[in-house]
Parts: sequence; structure tokens; C-alpha cells
Amino acid sequence: MLINKDLIIVGAGPAGLAAAVEARKRGIDDILVLEREPVAGGILNQCIHDGFGLIKFNEALTGPEYAKKYMDEADGMGIELITNVMVQDLSSDKAVTTVSPDGIRSYQAKAVILAMGCRERTRGAICIPGTRPAGVFTAGVAQNLVNIRNVMIGKNIIILGSGDIGLIMARRLTLEGADVLAVVEKLPYSSGLQRNITQCLDDFGIPLLLSHTVTNIEGRERVTAVTISRVDEKGNTIRGTSKKYDCDTLILSVGLIPENELSLNAGIEIDHVTGGPRVDEKLQTSVPGIFACGNVLQVHDLVDYVSAEGELAAGSAAEYIGGGLGSSTADGCSSVDVGINSEDKGPNGENPLSYEKMAVRAGRGIRYVLPQTIRPGKAVTFSMRVVKPDREKTVCFIAGDRIIKKRKYTALNPAEMIRMDLSQNELKDVSELEVCIYED
Amino acid sequence: MTANTDNIFDIVIVGAGAVGCAVARELSGFDLKIAVLEKESDVAAGTSGRNSAVVHAGFNNKPGSLMAKLCVEGNEGFEKVCSQLDVPYKKTGKLIVAFDESDFAGIDQLMENGRKNGVKGLEFVDAHTVKKLEPHVGGIGAMLSPNTAITSPFIYTVALAENAAQNGVEFYFETEVNGISKRDGLFRLTAGKRHFFSRYIINSAGLYSDRIAALAGDKGYEIHPCRGEYFILDKRTSQYLNMPVYPVPRPGLGGLGVHLTPTVEGNILIGPSAEYIKSKSDYSATKGVMDQLFKEAKELLPALEMKHIIRSYTGIRSKLVGPKTGGYGDFIIEESGVVPGLVNLIGIESPGLTASVPIGRMVRDIIAGREELVPKKDFIAERKGITPFRELTLEQKEKLIKECPEYGEIVCRCEGITKKEILDAINNPLGVTTLAGIKYRARPMMGRCQGGYCLTRIVDILKEQKGIEPEQVTLRGNNSKLFTGRVK
Repeated sequence: MLINKDLIIVGAGPAGLAAAVEARKRGIDDILVLEREPVAGGILNQCIHDGFGLIKFNEALTGPEYAKKYMDEADGMGIELITNVMVQDLSSDKAVTTVSPDGIRSYQAKAVILAMGCRERTRGAICIPGTRPAGVFTAGVAQNLVNIRNVMIGKNIIILGSGDIGLIMARRLTLEGADVLAVVEKLPYSSGLQRNITQCLDDFGIPLLLSHTVTNIEGRERVTAVTISRVDEKGNTIRGTSKKYDCDTLILSVGLIPENELSLNAGIEIDHVTGGPRVDEKLQTSVPGIFACGNVLQVHDLVDYVSAEGELAAGSAAEYIGGGLGSSTADGCSSVDVGINSEDKGPNGENPLSYEKMAVRAGRGIRYVLPQTIRPGKAVTFSMRVVKPDREKTVCFIAGDRIIKKRKYTALNPAEMIRMDLSQNELKDVSELEVCIYED
Repeated sequence: MTANTDNIFDIVIVGAGAVGCAVARELSGFDLKIAVLEKESDVAAGTSGRNSAVVHAGFNNKPGSLMAKLCVEGNEGFEKVCSQLDVPYKKTGKLIVAFDESDFAGIDQLMENGRKNGVKGLEFVDAHTVKKLEPHVGGIGAMLSPNTAITSPFIYTVALAENAAQNGVEFYFETEVNGISKRDGLFRLTAGKRHFFSRYIINSAGLYSDRIAALAGDKGYEIHPCRGEYFILDKRTSQYLNMPVYPVPRPGLGGLGVHLTPTVEGNILIGPSAEYIKSKSDYSATKGVMDQLFKEAKELLPALEMKHIIRSYTGIRSKLVGPKTGGYGDFIIEESGVVPGLVNLIGIESPGLTASVPIGRMVRDIIAGREELVPKKDFIAERKGITPFRELTLEQKEKLIKECPEYGEIVCRCEGITKKEILDAINNPLGVTTLAGIKYRARPMMGRCQGGYCLTRIVDILKEQKGIEPEQVTLRGNNSKLFTGRVK
């Protein structure tokens, strides 16, 4: 039996919840949120530290507190949420197949919002030499085990990678009585937020070894030692710099990968830099009617921006369901009050699908910029990350030979996402666009 | 401890690899009391679970050798055994690819070997056909072996062991034999504080078969460990490869050369290297070899990228020939000349997996040569494995979930493994409850996230089902504990 829904949201983490709430506010009644966990909230549920919501709510909440705000709101709106369900397949025509103890369900959605989050890069993916004993964990798994399952994962611990979860876990494990010997980072700078380095490492006297990596793991049954070596600018190990640390645990915080297996099934185009779908300024993927937000789109630094992205995706999905954004299914949605029409036609009033979206290029010093394409003549919030840390530099949007927007930063850090708003006016008559770091 | 009816066996098999388990299964068809002693926490913990998973055709082996004979026999019977025991098997065929003219001599040699060994169907195919069979592989021609197949060596060994257990064989894990004596025609095998008495010992101890023989008084053997490293690639690469693709072997190498092998599950394996090492237990992966593996694999299949790698693993060949000689020796499958009742299976390296069932039959014949074997009337020849939910149709899935809602709970997202499959793995007939045991039986934690999603859930299920507290959970038994205690 096929169940029809206006909007299906895959994932009830911060992105999915924000999207659900916003979609309802935009007048979409028939919303279904699918969540594989027994409860909504996503990864926030295991993030028991505070610091969430500083931008959105102007207060420092814990992860579960931040999630609860949205859960309560969604709940109050009566939004349908199914937990303990796994989306098994998503097709390009927005058919969704799920598996749960209740059986297999097939849904047909008018629009879909992808909010599946991300997964952690593993030891295998980064090819650390050595044995394969117990005692090697990714930071997020470690966090779940300690905070949700309440088990201790080790006593003497090395953390590879200075991503935020690794830093948070350095503090968490120290508070639980473990000896965190060092946090090791291959790059010459940390890949975590400065505030986390201060609050999680410096305050506890945990050394951060930059330009170092783990070059060997020892132990037959449980980890007994890891070797740490210095690396050069190219990431190659420097001979004679190896030092063996006796320890029983290695935690990896070496990157997050947007979880796009479903997106690939639906034939959605993936950006090889972000690992997420290529989207336009409406967060619409290459498949019309499928939108993406949160960590499935790009790995975020702050959850507040995840929520904002969820809201943007929801607004777009509402437009699409109402017949905008190139939707061909503008039937039966008359109750949806979303004025689109003229705004969504091309510059010359042609069919929205027939005009070219314009690619936005990541130029010098910029690792990626999102959205990857925009329609001309619209206000857009861009998010981007820089290639390497820098000071006193200007981020510029350039259209041809014209600088249309610039902003000076005292410090630029790849760990921190940069967001810049360009107004409709600023983007008027723009036919090519590049963002780069400008040397004053 | 003295001998009593509990610990006196007709036959004790030392080593629960593919060969030990195949012998156990073969002998379980007769009225014999049999024990299998394994020092690790599960079957296939050594070489049997750490190889290319290829069912070889038999053209690589020296004509006239036991290796050649048993490999060809094994290949012919493999599909049937797999169907009896519910083991994945896929007759993919295999290509030995020539990259320059000089490789053709090697191919001719293999064709000639194959002909002498009775390998069927070998043919030379031109570059055009190679392209058709394997569009992503280069090469100027190849030998096609249509009867080469792939299997799951772990499931295969588990299946043999479970079927043997169904037929009364007792398995003892974490039971390392460290003393053997003989009195009044009865061997006494000591494993820590425990003793096992037996009329025969089948020495299928793989890398340690020289040591077991020596403990029993047969000191003439030396196994040279030769390590091979592998990478496992993401299933997304399965489109690039249809069958095992090997280079033409170079003489003197300890193995067959770095090759690419599709797995029955849809991954690709890269490897193995061949490196003689000192320790028989050093399963380390090494930087130099990892770099080299990838480089060589990319020569075979240019579409490969580093980001496709999801894991590495290593195996160790138990070779009778040392680094000075190189190449291959032959299997030793015989009753010891100095210790009657000790049946030595030594130097069982590749193609040992393929040959395991015929080796079992040879062992049976050796025993039958000394005494009459009485077939068991109620022998069970078939064994059922864990139903792979992911491979079923939607209708079948729906039906299974109705019968058992635990099929509706996906525990491992990457591989689509359900709670029911995890439960079946945990409740396996051999009583193995290690994480690795669950992983190899049902495939959770084997996908691209490597347990990032399901590890915590499996820890929960172990507690819920078996009452195993998290502190007791091990990766591979003994002291491989996952956790060190509870939070404050």
C-alpha cells in the first residue's frame, strides 16, 4: 500500500526537527518525520556538554536541551514522527521505502528533505598501520558509549585528530578519571573550534601535538601502545621523530562524512569536496523536490546553523509543494499559502526549470562554498570554509571584474564555517560568481 | 586430572581453521567421539579467515603435487558443499592478465600446468575480450579460468564447524595445547589446566602445526610465516570488478602477486603482499606495504581511489619453504612416521581453503586404513545459515517481519543487518559471543562506517540476550576487552 505525504523528512536530528517545525509554520500539514533511533534529537542526545544555542537562543544549552526545544515545538504542532524506522530506499521520484518492526512501508512524497547527518571517518579509511586490537574507537562512538551507555572505554588514552568531538571527549574522559596523554593533529593547526581547545585541552593541561600523527598501533588483544611521529608540510612522517606512548586506547576524531547513501540511490549529484549533495540557494538538490540540510549537506561547526539550514530547506520544500521551484505537482495544495509565481520564474519570466542556474566557484583560499549554484537575482546566504588558517584577510565575492561584497576577518580558521549574506540587490545582474580570499 | 568418559576422545583435532573444521565435519559422519581444540576464541581466526576468499581452479600448483590434486578436487566439489551448508559461493571465473609480451610465457606455463593438473576450461583471451569481461581492467590479453570461484571463508569454516557440531563434535575455544604425551596408546593433550585424551591427533594447527608436531614428538618441521596484507574497499566499487583479476605470477614470490578480488558481498579486496616475517602472530599492517598495495592495485584497476578503502587486514601463510627458496612447497598430509596416531596436516597454505574438504577425506582414509570406521546412521549433511535480510525481495522481507518483528529492526545501517540476524549470530551453535564472532557471522560492523552506528547497539543486545555486561564484552576473546569499567 502506498501512503501519500506532502513532505517526508529523513532524520529527526537538529536539521530535520527544525525543518519539520518550519514546514508546519509555512502551512504544510501533511508532514512525516522518519527517525531510526528510538527518540528524536539525533547526535545532540549524546552531546551532554553545553555551548549549543548561543546564536539561536542566546544561551548556552546542552545538546539534549537544545534538541528538546525543537522536539517540544514539533510535538506541540502535532507533527507526525515515526521512530525506530530505517529508510531503506529513496527514489528520484520521491518514493520512500522504510523498514521497521511494523513491516515495510512505501510512501510517496511531494517533497523530501534529507537530514540524515553524517558519520565518522574510521581508522580503516585513514590507513593507520599496525595491529587491529580492541581499544580503537571513533570519538563519536566513544561519546555515545560514555554518555549514553555509561561505560568507560579506557584508562590511558591518545586522541588522534583535533576535531571538536575529539576535544570534547578529551575533557569528558579526563573528568571520568582517564589519563588523556595527548591530542595529536596531523595538520599544523587544530581542526576544532578555538573555544574547545581552550576549554577542553588547555584548562586540563592536555598537550596538543600539532604536525604529528599516529604511525603505528600495537597490541594483540587490547591496544598496548601507539607510536606518534612528526610530519612535514606534506604530511609525510619525518624520520627519527617517532615516540612510543604506552596506552590502552586510541580515539579517532579524524573527520566527518555526510551520510549520503540514500541520496546516491536517488541519483542525487554529490559534491566531492563537501561530501554532500550539490544544492542551489533553495537547498534543492539535483533532483527536483529533494532538499538537503544539516550535516548531510555539509559538516557544520555549530548546531545553530544546522537549524537555520533546516528552516531554509523547509521553506523551499513548502514552495515546491505549492507548485514553485519547478514543481510539476502543483495539484491539491491550494491550502498552502506560499506566494511564489513570478519570483520563481527565470529572469525573463520563463519556466523555472528552463533557465540556467549559475555555478558559484570556490576561488583562492576557499575550500568550498555553498550553495554550489544560484538562480540569478535572489538574496542568498552563503556558507564556506577556508583552506588554511589566516589572519587579517578579506573574503570577497567577485562577479567578473567587480567585487560585489567583501568582509575582513581578523582570523580565518578552517574549523569555523563562514557565513555571508548577499542581498538580492548585490546579486543583481550577476552572471558569474566567485568567492576568494583577497590579499589587501 | 585423569582420563574419564568426558575427556577421552577417539580423535582430537588441533586447530579450528577451514582444514580442521573440514576434517571434523568429514569424521563426524562416523561413530567417533571428536573434539576440536582451538587456541583462539573462534573458528577461522588464523589464515582461514584472512585470505583472498578464492576457490582456486588448480593451475598454479606444480603438476603431480598434492596441492594440485586436492585443489582440482576441491574446486569441483566446492559448490555442492556450499549448497549443503548454506555458504555463499559465486563462480565468477578469474583472469590472469598479461601487461606486456613477457607475461605471455608465464601464461603459457599456467595453461600447461592447468592441463597437466586436469583443470578444465582454461583459455587464452585477447585484449578485446578482457575489456568485455572487465571493462575497467587494462592488459593486452589474459588467461581466463572459468571455474575459479569466490566464497566467504569465514562463513564456510563456521558452516563446516556448525555442521560438525550438529553431528556431535565438541569445540573448545581459547584452548591452547601446550603439552602432549602418550601412554598406553592414548595421547594426553594439555591445555592450561585441562587435559584431553585421545587415540588420534589431527594436527591442523596451521602456522603452529610444526609446534604441535614437535610437542607430540615429531620434530622435523619448520613453518615459515609469510605475511600478506590486504585492503577492503567500499561496496560502491563493486561496479569496477566482476571476477578475481591477478597479474602473471613472478617466480620465487611467496604468493600469487597483488590481485583484486570481488567478495561475495560486493566489496573488492586488494592484496596480498608477501613478506616473510619472524613472528607467527604479527598481524600488523605496515605503511610501506600499504602504499605499495594501493599502487599495484591501481595499475590493475586505474579507477581505484584511496577514499574507497574501508579497512585493512593481514593474514599469514604457513609455508614449508623459507625465504631463501621461495615459491611453494607441497602439503604434508600423512600419519607421522615417528609418532603413530599423529596425523600431520602441515604446510597447508593456499590453496588450502579450496582443498579443505578433500584433505578431510584424505584424513578419513588415513584413519580408515588403521581401523574400521562405522558410518553414523543419523548423520546430518545439511546446515542452515543466517538468513540475509538485505538480499530478499520486499515481499519476502514483509513476510519475515510479520513472523519475527526483529527482522524489522536494522541494527547495522551500512550492510542492512537486522536485529534478528545479530541474534542468530549471538546464539550460534558454537557458543561464540565475541564481537568479531558476531561480525563475521552476520556482517555488522563490516561496512563503511566500521561499527560507528551498530557497535553500541550490539553491546546492548549482548546484555539483553546473553546477560553479558559491557565490561565482559571482548573483541576476540581472552583479554581483548572493549571497555575498562563504568563511568563514575
